Amino acid sequence: MLEVENIHAYYGHIHALKEVSLTVEKGEIVTLIGANGAGKSTTLKTISGLLRPRKGSIRLDGEDLIRYAPHEIVVKGIVQVPEGRRIFGRLTVMENLEMGAFSCPDRRLNSANLERVFNLFPRLEERRNQVGGTLSGGEQQMLATGRALMANPRVLLMDEPSMGLAPVLVDSIFDTIRQLHASGTTILLVEQNARMALQVATRGYVLQTGTVVLSDTAENLRRNEMVRQAYLGES
Amino acid sequence: MIPGSTRMVFLPDPRPMPSNFFSTVKTIYEATLEDGFSMWKRMKERMTPTDIVMWLIGGGMLALIIWGSTATLIAGRYTAHHWFDFMVFGLAQGSIYALIAMGYTMVYGILRMINFAHSEVFMSGPYTAYFVAAFFYSSGFLDQQPIISLLAIFLVSMSVSTLIAVLLERIAYRPLRNAPRLVPLITAIGASFFLQYTFRGLYGSGFQAYPVVKILEGEWAFWDFRILKFQAVVIVAAALLMAALYTFIQRTRVGKAIRAVSEDKEASSLMGIDIDRMIVTTFVIGGMAAGAAGVLYALMFKQVHFSMGFIPGIKAFTAAVLGGIGNIPGAMLGGIFLGLVESVGPSLFLDGLGIVAPYQLKDAIAFTMLVLVLIFRPTGILGEKLAVKKA
Repeated sequence: MLEVENIHAYYGHIHALKEVSLTVEKGEIVTLIGANGAGKSTTLKTISGLLRPRKGSIRLDGEDLIRYAPHEIVVKGIVQVPEGRRIFGRLTVMENLEMGAFSCPDRRLNSANLERVFNLFPRLEERRNQVGGTLSGGEQQMLATGRALMANPRVLLMDEPSMGLAPVLVDSIFDTIRQLHASGTTILLVEQNARMALQVATRGYVLQTGTVVLSDTAENLRRNEMVRQAYLGES
Repeated sequence: MIPGSTRMVFLPDPRPMPSNFFSTVKTIYEATLEDGFSMWKRMKERMTPTDIVMWLIGGGMLALIIWGSTATLIAGRYTAHHWFDFMVFGLAQGSIYALIAMGYTMVYGILRMINFAHSEVFMSGPYTAYFVAAFFYSSGFLDQQPIISLLAIFLVSMSVSTLIAVLLERIAYRPLRNAPRLVPLITAIGASFFLQYTFRGLYGSGFQAYPVVKILEGEWAFWDFRILKFQAVVIVAAALLMAALYTFIQRTRVGKAIRAVSEDKEASSLMGIDIDRMIVTTFVIGGMAAGAAGVLYALMFKQVHFSMGFIPGIKAFTAAVLGGIGNIPGAMLGGIFLGLVESVGPSLFLDGLGIVAPYQLKDAIAFTMLVLVLIFRPTGILGEKLAVKKA
């Protein structure tokens, strides 16, 4: 469904991504794991159009996405939950969710989506008129995820959803990811928490200094000696 | 978030644990002494000689204002009617500032940049509409159909101002979107001069007298008080426009998107919001408000000139800073406050001090307020700390 082929991306003179290729099939959860600065977030940024690759191609169902601006890529169906949540702190929960549905003019679809988001996160319905900045970290993550779901994602990109959250909340975030998977959402998940990510994912890619060094099913990656040592903290 | 921006402060507690009542009292007493002393010490460490001078200046001004006002009121040269007239004039002038200030504050909110060419956006509309007004006047249409004429004048003025605002964004600011912040600021000043002298070249360098609209002449009486009709119209029209604008920003989909983009451009684009379109919309709204404010200004002062935008523009910028730049209700409040202080202030604060021509000092009062706000409360009346947001 989503095919990233041999992309090279730069921050100024820094060669951040070197020949990264990956694919995500419909209904899959694919995870990208790797250390800080390995290029995980950069890959997502490039797919979302925030960073333009110098070489390579990004296709969704065969259509090349590189010529589109970030907001047009959202309309095509690739929606990102950005790192650090980035909710609109001065807008209310409802307004945040409306912003997620900005590109979708279909009212009936939007209210169906809203119902789905409130079913998934009842807490958001309780706080619908509260200003985003006053939510707790876990609630903000719910809002960021809900906001992205309002945009009818065909592929949902999630960048470090568990970052900075208490262990209980991390569990609930991964429960949500499982629920989304069960309802058929396609997800590309970037995580530092490799253990959890490899538990929910179907397949995974390991990034090291801007290159894919390993790709396999999640199960095989969990057993892989190198992954166990470097990312799962086992010896 | 900037890495390493979170600073941890550890304050060790040097007080010994109290073992009985007396020692507890003693400890608290000593601790209080110590706290008071260390607070004083910390204050002394933080205070610089500049701070002291600044607070002395501020205190001196406050004393001067109180002294002047008391003296004025005791002298009793002005009656209640005078004060009422000052207030109404201040309110009318302040509403015009408020409308212009919306443009400054909204553009700052979304681009973090002061659009210094906004005074020319304000000038271009009413100056162009002057020719329409003059034509209506000479053909007698203005007297026959004053309402339709006024609507047409507003329409022309708002369209021209909007056009200039949009062209400014497209030509002067968009190519510099990612440049260092000083660059678009300098460009704005350049664009301001460019526009002033272009309009001077097109329309001439003299003052043009705006035709008088007969239905707005005269006054309405409320019991004992009289209001000049055109001032009342200015106040009501500005209030309606501001209410409409505020509703647009708060309630509509596009208004909410503008607020979202003001907060976080990248996250907004990840939500499918076209940032460029929202920025253009912001300039359109600011241009419309400025164009309308321009006609109200022309109705009040009855003349237009190629440099008419300069002083009201800077005053409106002051109003926006006063209210907290980036904050829309703040700009409205700041504008009205500035208008009132400018109109009531000279007579109230300065007359009692025996100054011969206090009213000539109204601009000095306005800009003194700008300086004071920048020194003592740089975030303005309703502004939040920008530093906190960036951390």
